Amino acid sequence: MAGSTSVQPFAELLADEYMDEAENMIINVQGGGSSAGARSALSGVAEIGMLSRKLQGDEKALIPTTIAYDAIAVVVHPSNPCQDLGIEEIRDIFAGNATDWSEVQGEARKIHPVAREEGSGTRGAFDEIIMGEVEVSPGAIVQDSNGAVREIVAGDPSAIGYISLGLVDKRVKAIAVQGVFPSIDTVADNTYKLVRPMILATRENPVKEADSFISFCLSEKAQSMLAQEGLIPVAAVQSGKAQPGE
Amino acid sequence: MRRSETLVQWSLALVALFAIAALALIIIFIFKEGSPIIARLGIVEFIMGTKWSPSRGTFGILPMILGSFWVTLSALVIGVPIGLASAIFLAEMAPSGTSRILKFAIQLLAGIPSVVFGFIGLVILVPLIRQWLGGPGFSVLAAGIVLGIMILPTIVSVCYDVFKAVPQAYREGMIALGATRWQTIRMVVLPAARPGIIAAIILGMGRAVGETMAVIMVAGNATKIPVSLLEPVRTLTSNIALEMGYAVGEHREALFATGIVLFIIIAILNTLARVVARVEKV
Repeated sequence: MAGSTSVQPFAELLADEYMDEAENMIINVQGGGSSAGARSALSGVAEIGMLSRKLQGDEKALIPTTIAYDAIAVVVHPSNPCQDLGIEEIRDIFAGNATDWSEVQGEARKIHPVAREEGSGTRGAFDEIIMGEVEVSPGAIVQDSNGAVREIVAGDPSAIGYISLGLVDKRVKAIAVQGVFPSIDTVADNTYKLVRPMILATRENPVKEADSFISFCLSEKAQSMLAQEGLIPVAAVQSGKAQPGE
Repeated sequence: MRRSETLVQWSLALVALFAIAALALIIIFIFKEGSPIIARLGIVEFIMGTKWSPSRGTFGILPMILGSFWVTLSALVIGVPIGLASAIFLAEMAPSGTSRILKFAIQLLAGIPSVVFGFIGLVILVPLIRQWLGGPGFSVLAAGIVLGIMILPTIVSVCYDVFKAVPQAYREGMIALGATRWQTIRMVVLPAARPGIIAAIILGMGRAVGETMAVIMVAGNATKIPVSLLEPVRTLTSNIALEMGYAVGEHREALFATGIVLFIIIAILNTLARVVARVEKV
């Protein structure tokens, strides 16, 4: 299997567990990004493509299985009084239209937006949900991992960034988006908007092994492992009112 | 006897050829992957374009070219005076024991991996700049300081060797004329060592232009042309390394094209170094 580097660590975790259980199974997990994942599943290079976004265009020939949801938390320094931003406010900040915290919430101080690099799944989901057609300001700091973004926000009282909910810790503060704080519950009832699916996609008639690995990913054990890693299990979302992102 | 001689000669030639073949392959590969997009966009559009937005099909690398330029220049402003002064002290003034210990320390500096320099820059330098000088801390200045320290070993060791190569008789002649030690250094040693010093600076420059990891960690990587030392900046190397992981299609081609530009810049620098050294020698 190959694809999104956002799904990769979780897929590796599940693959290790699965290989311990099933004899003679070897699962090879590779990165490359969501688009590369879909393409290698389509071309047959990989049996399973990993995506951290919905299928697009000709990728829809693949059969997607959502194994979990990931919320993207907007984070600021713990000392920042800002608690809640609207989608428009976040868009203005990252587009470079709002450059001072006093323009949104808080004291007069320059805003230092921290974005992810072009091509990253997290960036893709953030751009799609928050930015829409608006471009991220070229003046924004760019880092190439969730960890690096967290490191900057933890150290800079003026910074604002976005990272996977599972990686939020005490050193940064996740703020509410449109009045809703990110959590398993708010993702499940579809009130928190910054959510992306983690998808495993196969061709129409997948090999038996691919099929059984995907079933394993949906098993109770695998789902609770994913929940421990900070992802939101599929069941939690499906028992909620609606599918996120729809 | 004759036979084994020929054998050695041929096998050495083969090994030497291997290095050149590797270089040729790399050049062919990056040009093959990167030139189509340059041809499509036009070379001017590509290197003078001020906007880099791969997801929208806009590929202009002027911010990165200028980024590399400013970061390298600040590294030289910081690294060259310190490196030159250290080399003068080590070669001309320090007692041999002290000189040996200090030289060893500087060689150790060369052995520290760049990611460690970057990490120290990230946890110490960046917060200091943010606190005392303002801005986000990730800046041309931070990258310049880190690179300035990283090019020290190159500059010190090349300059040291150059100074040591200046014939002792020159110095003795100066001292016989009643010159002080500083006068000797200023009027004889430095002028005699000039081509070597320039070569050292250009070697340091090459190291600074090519360094990637440490720069990614402290420069902030914004794709805007920096207008002050305190603004974040992205260099050519960082641009490739940051986005290589996910890039496909045109985006990937554009990164290879960035590599072509980087390759040409470094080739020009090296040629310049040779020309300067040759002209100076005559």
